[in-house]
Amino acid sequence: MTDMHPADRGAAAEPASFAFDAESEAQIAALVAKYPPGRQASAVIGALYVAQGQMRRATGSAWLPRVAMDAVARRLSMPPIRVYEAATFYLMFNTRPIGRFHLQVCTTTPCWLRGSDAVVAACRAATGIGGWGETSEDGMFTMTEVECLGACVNAPVIQVNDDFYEDLDAEHTERLIAALRRGEPPAPGSMIGRQTSAPVGGPTTLTTLTPGTPGAAE
Amino acid sequence: MVKVTVDGIEVEVPPGSNVLQACEAAGKEIPRFCYHERLSVAGNCRMCLVEIEKAPPKPFASCAYPVADGMVVHTETPMVRAARRGVMEFLLINHPLDCPICDQGGECDLQDQALGYGMDHSRYAENKRAVKDKYLGPLVKTVMTRCIHCTRCIRFAAEVAGVPELGATSRGESMEVGTYVERALTTELSGNLIDICPVGALTSKPYAFIARSWELKKTDSIDVLDAIGANIRIDSRGPEVLRILPRVNDDVNEEWLADKSRFSLDGLKRRRLDACWVRRDGRLHRASWAEAFDAIAARLQGLPGARIGALAGNLADAESMLALKDLLASLGSFNLDCRQDGAAVDVSRRDFYTFNSGIAGVDEADALLLIGSNPRREAPLLNARIRKRWLAGRFPVAAIGPHGDLTYEVAWLGDSPRLLLDDAQAFGATLRAAKRPMLILGQGALARPDGDAVLAAAWRLAGAVGALADDWHGFNVLHTAAARVGALDLRFLPGPGGKDVAAMVGGGVDLLWLLGADEFDAARIPPDVFVVYQGHHGDRGAARADVILPGAAYTEKNATYVNTEGRVQRGFLAVNPPGEAREDWKILRAFSERIGRQLPYDDLGALRARLEQLNAVFGRPDILPRFGASDMTAPAGDPAAITDTPLRYAIADYYQTDPISRASPTMAECSALYTAPLATAAE
Amino acid sequence: MLRDQDRIFTNLYGLQDWRLAGARARGDWDRTAAIMARGPDAIVEEMKASGLRGRGGAGFPTGMKWSFMPKQEGDRPHYLVVNADESEPGTCKDRDIMRHDPHKLIEGCLLASFAMRAHACYIYIRGEFFDEARRLQAAIDEAYEAGLIGRDACGSGWRFDLFLHRGAGAYICGEETALLESLEGKKGMPRLKPPFPAAVGLYGCPTTVNNVESIAVAPTILRRGAAWFSALGRPKNAGPKVFCISGHVEKPCNVEEELGIPLRELIERYAGGVRGGWDNLLGVIPGGASVPVIPKSICDTVLMDFDSLRDVKSGLGTAAVIVMDRSTDIIRAIARLSRFYKHESCGQCTPCREGTGWMMRVMDRMVEGRAEPEEIDTLEQVTRQVEGHTICALGDAAAWPIQGLIRHFRPVMEERIAHYKAGRTPRPMPLAAE
Repeated sequence: MTDMHPADRGAAAEPASFAFDAESEAQIAALVAKYPPGRQASAVIGALYVAQGQMRRATGSAWLPRVAMDAVARRLSMPPIRVYEAATFYLMFNTRPIGRFHLQVCTTTPCWLRGSDAVVAACRAATGIGGWGETSEDGMFTMTEVECLGACVNAPVIQVNDDFYEDLDAEHTERLIAALRRGEPPAPGSMIGRQTSAPVGGPTTLTTLTPGTPGAAE
Repeated sequence: MVKVTVDGIEVEVPPGSNVLQACEAAGKEIPRFCYHERLSVAGNCRMCLVEIEKAPPKPFASCAYPVADGMVVHTETPMVRAARRGVMEFLLINHPLDCPICDQGGECDLQDQALGYGMDHSRYAENKRAVKDKYLGPLVKTVMTRCIHCTRCIRFAAEVAGVPELGATSRGESMEVGTYVERALTTELSGNLIDICPVGALTSKPYAFIARSWELKKTDSIDVLDAIGANIRIDSRGPEVLRILPRVNDDVNEEWLADKSRFSLDGLKRRRLDACWVRRDGRLHRASWAEAFDAIAARLQGLPGARIGALAGNLADAESMLALKDLLASLGSFNLDCRQDGAAVDVSRRDFYTFNSGIAGVDEADALLLIGSNPRREAPLLNARIRKRWLAGRFPVAAIGPHGDLTYEVAWLGDSPRLLLDDAQAFGATLRAAKRPMLILGQGALARPDGDAVLAAAWRLAGAVGALADDWHGFNVLHTAAARVGALDLRFLPGPGGKDVAAMVGGGVDLLWLLGADEFDAARIPPDVFVVYQGHHGDRGAARADVILPGAAYTEKNATYVNTEGRVQRGFLAVNPPGEAREDWKILRAFSERIGRQLPYDDLGALRARLEQLNAVFGRPDILPRFGASDMTAPAGDPAAITDTPLRYAIADYYQTDPISRASPTMAECSALYTAPLATAAE
Repeated sequence: MLRDQDRIFTNLYGLQDWRLAGARARGDWDRTAAIMARGPDAIVEEMKASGLRGRGGAGFPTGMKWSFMPKQEGDRPHYLVVNADESEPGTCKDRDIMRHDPHKLIEGCLLASFAMRAHACYIYIRGEFFDEARRLQAAIDEAYEAGLIGRDACGSGWRFDLFLHRGAGAYICGEETALLESLEGKKGMPRLKPPFPAAVGLYGCPTTVNNVESIAVAPTILRRGAAWFSALGRPKNAGPKVFCISGHVEKPCNVEEELGIPLRELIERYAGGVRGGWDNLLGVIPGGASVPVIPKSICDTVLMDFDSLRDVKSGLGTAAVIVMDRSTDIIRAIARLSRFYKHESCGQCTPCREGTGWMMRVMDRMVEGRAEPEEIDTLEQVTRQVEGHTICALGDAAAWPIQGLIRHFRPVMEERIAHYKAGRTPRPMPLAAE
C-alpha cells in the first residue's frame, strides 16, 4: 500500500459524492468566523477535520476521500489543488480509509529510549497488523508510526484517535488494545496512574504551596 | 537608485531590486533554477547563493534578498562556490541523470550548471527516488523523476495562466508536483510550462523523442495564428518544422506563446497543397503550373474587371496581398476584401482599427471594458497580460458579452450592445474615474450587420469616459486574423465601385481569387463562379476551387505581418514550401507575366518598397511609437442603429480557427478535450 | 534551588483546578487592567528589563522582539500569534501550561497583544493536542464570559479577541513563518526572510510570534517585576524555566527550575537520577532533538542555560533534556532523529529536502556498521552542506545531532563499521528500555 501513489490510495473506496451534513456545516461556520473576511482559507485545516469527522460518523473510518476535499474547496472558495496540498501535507489527514481505532505509535527517540519497540511489537501481536500503515483484517485498527507526540516525559505514548495513552509498556499496550476491542476505551493519560507529568511517586516541587495559594502572594 | 558593489564592480539598481538583479547588472552570471523574473520569488532551489558583507557569515539566496545602499556582494568566494557545489550535489542525488534519453538534453539548466558546479562522481550510494509521471494534458509530457521541485510550473499556472491547478502534494522527499487528480490543465498557455521547466521534467509531448536541440536550424519568425504577432523561433531540420518556441519581446508576447501557436505545427505537414490542381468534369486533377495558369487565363479571357474579385484570408502576408491587389488592379478590378467575417471597419483613420494602447499599454491601464471580446480565446497572450495587470491590483474589468472564465474578475454587464449607448450601464463611472481607461472591441462586436454602429458607439464611449487623451489612447480593436491590419493598411478593401465580400460571394463576380480564404461559407458561391484558391492547405476554400495554386505557409516564406496593434513585423523562411508550392507573391508575379500584365517588382526588396510607398507604416518594422488620441472625430456609423441582437464572440473553438490548426491532430485532440465539453455544457 | 513561591507555573501538574476560579486563586487575572494602565511602552520596557529570552528554542529576547512591532497601528491590524505547535522531540512543557494553567497563557496573550497594539491573537496548537485544545478553548470561553477578554478586556477599554487554531501534524509549523503560512490555510512552508513577520506577517500584517511559555510567564513578570525575574537564573539567562526530563532517568518529569541549574543537579534532584547511577550516563541531548548530544564528561559540570550550553557546542533549545545511559545505542538514537527530520522536512528547499533523506539513509547504515570509515567524513560534510543553506532552521536542526554524534562518539561509529566488516554480527544491541 505504501508505495501506491497518493492519488490512487483509497480510490477503490472513494464515494461518489460528499456533502456536509448540518452538524458539519455548523462547525465550519464557526471556524470561518474566527478569521477576517476574505481569509476563509485559514479554516482549511479545520474544515478538513470536520470532513474527516463526518466520514467517521458516517462510515466509522476517519478519512478524506477526494470528494470531501472538493467539498472543502467549494465551501472555502479555494482552488481544489490547494486543499489537496494541505490534506497531503498535514499528516493527521488520512487520504485513504483507516480502521475504527487509529493507533498512532510514537517511536521518536524519547519514546524509543523508554521502550517503544516493545510497544510496537505488542501492537502488532494484539492486532495482527504486519506493518506500518496497515489496517487489521477486522477493520478495527490501523497502525501508524508517528513522530514525537509531545508527551515525552510520559513515554512511550500511543495516540488512539484523539486520545493520548502514556507510560506504556508491552503489557499495558496489550490491555489497552483489548479494551478498545471490547469497546471500552480506558480514560486517557498515564496507564500507570501517574499524576500527569509529575515524577512517579508524586511531585517533588510545588509541595509547600497549599492548594489555592497564589504563587504571587509575596 | 541603490548603490551595490558586486565583486568590486559598483552598480546602481532601482530600489526594490534583489541581489541577483544587482549581480546581473554587474555582469555576473548567477546560477538559478527556481528564480524566474516573470514569476514570484520562491527562493527554494538555493543555487543562487552569494556572500554579503556585514551580514551573518553564511551564504544568502540572492534572488530573495533585497538590495540595500552600500551593500557589498561577493559571488565568487570559496564559501559561495562550496555552497553552490553542495546544492548541485543535492539536486543530482535523486536525479536520474538520463540525459541521453531526455528531450531537454542540450538545453537543460541542470545539465549546464552541473558543468560548472557538479562533481565528476557521485557520493550518494543509496537508492534513488522514482516518481510516478503525471498527466497534464495532450501537450505537456512529464517525467517527474527528473523534477527538482523548483515550483516554477506551479507558479506559472497560478500566476500567469491563472489556472491554479498545479500544486505540490505531500511533503519533504515525497513531495510531488502535479494536479493530484490527473486532469489536463485548462489553459491555452500550457506550452510555456515546458519552457520554464529548467529540467526535463516537463517537455513537449508532441515533440517527444523527435530531435536533439543541436540538430535544429533556428529561424526567427512571427506567429500568425492570432493577431498578436507573437515573436517566435522556428526550429527545423531539413524540410520539416519540428518545434516552435517564443522569442522574447516585452512589447508583444513577453516570453510566452499560446498553445495553438506552438503546437499547430503538425498541421503544417498534413493536408498540404503541394501541387497545382485543375477542375475538369467536376473533378480536380493534378496539373502543372503552366496548365493551372492556362486554365485561369482562359477564364479571364474577356472578363471585365468588374466581374473579377479577390478575397484575402486570415493568414495572408502583406506582400502577397499587395501583389494580388496590384494584379486585380491591372485587370481593372477593385473587388477586394479581406473581411471574410464581414466586420465593419472605418479605414479613414488607422486608430479606428488598431489596438491603440499597445499590448504593453495594458500594464499602464487602470480600468478595462471588454466589448464583444473574449481575449482568452481570441488572444491568450493579451489575456495573460490583462491578468497580470489585474493581479497587480486596482484594475476593475467589465465586459459586455456572454459570460466566460477569463482568469480574472470581470463584472459582466450583459450581452446587448445597446448597453454602450448609456454609459451609466456601460461601466462609465468606473472608466471615468480611471486615469488610463481602456476599451477593447472584439470582432464579435464588429462582424454583425450593425457593426459600424457598434464601432461608432464604442468610440464615443471611449471619448466620453476620457479614454481618448493627448497622452493615452484607450480605444482598442482586437483582431483575430494575423492578416487583417496589414490588409487594412494596404486597403485590401473594395475600391471605387468595388464589391465587398458579401457581394462577391453572392455572385457579384465570375472569377473569385481566394488568397488562403477559408473562413467563410464557400457553399454560398454560386456554381458558375470560377474559383481560384491560392493557399497551403486543402481546407474549405480549396474544396470549392476550380484551380488550386499551392502557396506557402507562414514558416515557408519571408513575409510581413501587421499585428492588432499595427506593429509591422517580419518573419523569415525556415523551410521551403513542399513540392511544387511556392511563395505566394512569386506565384502572383509569375501569373501576371503569364497574362501579360507583369507586376512591377522582381524581388522582395522591390515589392517591399512598393508596400512602403503605399503606406509608410510598412517602412518601420518592429517599432511602434506610443501615441495619444489627437482627433476625437468618431468613425462613420450611427450609434442609434445598434440593435438588441446579443453579442457573440468571434471564436468558439480556440483550437480550430484556421487551415493549419484544423489540419493539426494535436489541435484536434485539444479541441475534443477542451472545447467539446464546453459546447456540451452550454447546450 | 528555586523556591516554590518563585515558581510561575504553580499548577504545572494539574493538581489544582485549571478553571478560572482556580486560576484566580493562584493569582492570575489579578488587577490586569492596572497592568494595562501602565501603557504598551511601559509593558515592553518591563519585559525588556526582565531579560526574558524566548522559551521556544532560539532564546531571542522577548521584550526586544515585541519592540520591533510598529509603534502605531496603521492601515493593517497587528497580530500576536502564539506558537503552541510544541513538537520538538523531548519537549512537553507547553502542553502542561495549556492543560493545567491555561489562564496564565490567556492573560499573557491579552497583555502581550496590548503591548504590541494587537486586537487579535491566534494560538496555533498542534493538532495532536486534542484534549489540550478542548481545555484551552474552554478556558478562553470562560475568559470571554467573565469579560476578561473581548469587547472591553478586563474593563480596560481594549478590544481583544483570542482564537484557537489547530494544526494537523507538521513539525515544521513550529517555525514561525511556516506557522503563519499554515494559519493562512496553506502548507506549512517557511517564508523567505526578509521581510520579517513584524513587518509582513499574518495576512501581510505586522505580527509577532511567541512561544506559549514566553507569553505565559509575562503576566507574572509584569506583576512581580522585572527585577524579581532577572534575579533568578544567571546573567543574560534570566528567570525560571520549565524543563522536561525524559529518557533513561528513574523518574521522568517536567519541572520548573532556574536557568543555570547544573544538569547533574537537575537530573538527580528532580528526575530520580540517571538509571543505574550517574556513572551509567552515556550522554544527554540537553535542549530537544535539534541540539547536539553532549557526552557524560560535559554533563558532569555543564549548567543548563543558553550561554553555557552554547559554549559546549550544544544548546538550551526548549530545555528538553533527553538522557541516555550506557545501554543506549547512540548511533541508533541519533539515526532515529535523522528519520524524524527527513519525515518532517517540508520539501521546499533543496538542501533540506534532499539532504535529510541522504543523512537518514547513511545513518541507517551506520547503525548496522554497513559503511566505509571514510563515509563518516562524507556524512559530516553532507551535514555542513545542509547547515546554513536552507530557508529555515530545520536544515540546521537536522545537521546538528549528527555533528554532535560524530564529534563525541566517532569511535563508536568506527567500531561498528569494523565489526560489520569483520563479518561479525554487530554487538548485541540491548533494548533501550532494558
